[in-house]
Amino acid sequence: MVEVQFRFRDDEAVNDAAVTVDAFVAEDFAQTNATAVRIEPGDDARALLPQLDRLALIEVNFPAWTDGRGYSSARLLREAGYTGEMRAVGDVVIDMLGHLQRCGFDAFAPDKALNPDDAKNAFARWDNVYQATVVDGRQAIWAKRHPA
Amino acid sequence: MYKYDEYDQQMVDTRVAEFRDQVRRRISGELTEDQFKPLRLQNGLYLQLHAYMLRVAVPYGTLNSVQMRLLGDIADKYDRGYGHFTTRQNIQYNWIKLDETPDILAELATVEMHAIQTSGNCIRNISSDQFAGAAADEVIDPRPYAEMLRQWSSFHPEFLVLPRKFKICVIASEKDRAAMRLHDIGIKMIRNDAGEIGAQFYAGGGMGRTPMIAPMIRDFVPLDQLITFAEACLRVYNRYGRRDNKYKARIKILVHELGRDEYVRQVEEEFAHLLTQPIEPPMAELERIMAHFANPAFETGAADDLDLSDPDFRLWVERNTTAHKQAGYIIATISLKPVGGIPGDATADQIRLMADLGRDYSFDELRVTHSQNIVLPHVKKADLYTVWKALDEAGIGTANIDTVGDIIACPGLDYCSLANARSIPLAQKISQRFGSAEKQAEIGELKLKISGCINACGHHHAGHIGILGVDKKGVENYQLSFGGSEGADTSLAKITGPGFDEDGVVDAVEKATQVYLANKQGEERFLDTYRRIGMDPFKEAIYG
Amino acid sequence: MKILTGNDLKSGAVIWWTGVGWSLDVNDSADVADGGAAIIAREEGVQNVFAAYVVDGVKDETGVRPGHIKERIRALGPTVRLDLTLKPSDPQAVNWVI
Repeated sequence: MVEVQFRFRDDEAVNDAAVTVDAFVAEDFAQTNATAVRIEPGDDARALLPQLDRLALIEVNFPAWTDGRGYSSARLLREAGYTGEMRAVGDVVIDMLGHLQRCGFDAFAPDKALNPDDAKNAFARWDNVYQATVVDGRQAIWAKRHPA
Repeated sequence: MYKYDEYDQQMVDTRVAEFRDQVRRRISGELTEDQFKPLRLQNGLYLQLHAYMLRVAVPYGTLNSVQMRLLGDIADKYDRGYGHFTTRQNIQYNWIKLDETPDILAELATVEMHAIQTSGNCIRNISSDQFAGAAADEVIDPRPYAEMLRQWSSFHPEFLVLPRKFKICVIASEKDRAAMRLHDIGIKMIRNDAGEIGAQFYAGGGMGRTPMIAPMIRDFVPLDQLITFAEACLRVYNRYGRRDNKYKARIKILVHELGRDEYVRQVEEEFAHLLTQPIEPPMAELERIMAHFANPAFETGAADDLDLSDPDFRLWVERNTTAHKQAGYIIATISLKPVGGIPGDATADQIRLMADLGRDYSFDELRVTHSQNIVLPHVKKADLYTVWKALDEAGIGTANIDTVGDIIACPGLDYCSLANARSIPLAQKISQRFGSAEKQAEIGELKLKISGCINACGHHHAGHIGILGVDKKGVENYQLSFGGSEGADTSLAKITGPGFDEDGVVDAVEKATQVYLANKQGEERFLDTYRRIGMDPFKEAIYG
Repeated sequence: MKILTGNDLKSGAVIWWTGVGWSLDVNDSADVADGGAAIIAREEGVQNVFAAYVVDGVKDETGVRPGHIKERIRALGPTVRLDLTLKPSDPQAVNWVI
């Protein structure tokens, strides 16, 4: 079990065993009563939408950090209202931590533990952001330029 | 033109700090080359044949004289006294040192420049019409929309590790000067029947090993949904774009494999969903940006005539200038293609001279064109002779825009680690073969484009005459093709037949021009004659 | 012969393995035979080189000539800017490449 190195949630740690997306949706979501699922890069995260409420943990796997499908998966599940833990697992690198967070990740379990100082810098790197992803709760630069 | 506010400045400054930190970790060994490579690429730093190469972004090809001057100074201070202007309206330096790169970026940031996303599998620098804001035929200045997209695409967290690179182009006139439909997304700003401005989207174009012309995917996106629609296009691409084969990872393959209609259906579905998310900047933001692109203070009633008594100047005016929307002004294109020269290269001194001319005679504005030339967009006609004189003395007064001498060529095997053959020596030989003004005048418009490998950075697919360098058992070999175009009449060039060695392809080009001259009717350009008579007469002359 | 080349980490310069260290001059290249992979692993590990690989070359009385044109251009410099190559005053240098 890879350890969660960074977690930005106040609730109890979730350690339910994650099933695959295929297993979770099988038999019209009736095959398993799992509360955790693991999304692989090729999975269509939208398949989870009908039973999102059931989930307490979504792991998004990055076999290679250069495959960015997990960013879209995480963000669209957040857009759909998922509030449980969204955990990035696998080849999670320092330089992408802030961007992962902006797409809705709030827990990080890298295969290889990251230098904590470098990681801290990476999370704090961007005081401002150009886009509203909405799911990170941050105000975009354009919104700051034009306060309502 | 656009001026950074404190936020924009902070973004580039933060990037400098981030990259400085990445370089530190690389040099200390904390990052291996495999880990560092995607990071340095996202900042435009390549490893080429002889050294690191740094590509600096020139957003939508527009820059002011202070920026241009600094580009010259960087060439002197950190490189070997010259820079290379690229087909994506950027500039690159060929002899960069890794440990100096953070300092270069810090200097660039002082003049609101950067190298953000000039490489890597992310949204690249947004390209545009080099005559934007000056052309007599434009619907509206496309650059405010390009600037909106620049900000949206900079560090967009969802789209930093796409299947492959992603190039967006924005134009706003019927005449396409930016090869819009050969981009991953092409956007044409239009006015609809109700008189409203909106964006027409094209997706899935590109050159490379599988050239495709982008189909239209939406005829009108309202201005207050522009970013949301772009986001939908990217999300569908990120979800489905192939990751198993880098040669099939561009959006053109996705659009082709899904079919245009299915891609459109998915984008519209995602778009409908994203419209429920408050991600679109307000119109006030667009208006803020537009204010930066207001017309310069043109003099009304400026004299509209030119003294063309100097025959060399007359030729340059005929070849290198374009009508301006303002009476008394003209758009001047500086050719970086002197006879026998290296296409797109300029010395530090030449760069600084162009900066000064931009400052003194073009309302402090310059443009980089996808044909690797530089534009002074707003020259008063009364000043034009002075400008040309200064250019001519500096060796960049060549009168050859859009002629056979105005060759687009990638750096090729002289610099590029991907190339299979050299491009530049071939461009030099061709420009020498057709070097005389008489010959160029006789042949007229002929766009010749050379790529040193199948990635097609030299746009050979879109050349009236296109040349592709290949490696034939360790020997350079050149394939010839005819009939490409990047204009509103975009078409892809067709290969003539077996390839040639360097001298052979120069001869073949000459024979092709002879066939054209023998068959030309009226005002036909090479391309028109080719389209009318077809490949056979050319083939016969070349291989016969 | 098999010769070993790569780039200097900080400068990016093209360098060639001499048997004991690295040189900018291809003519200093040593024959690494089938020992290339081990040298690469060791030298990349201590940051003396990166992006290293083994190529074919031929040695004669004039020096070492890599087998492929790409490596010969790497060894010399851009053929269109002889002033920037390792042989700025030798107009015949291009012929060595082709």
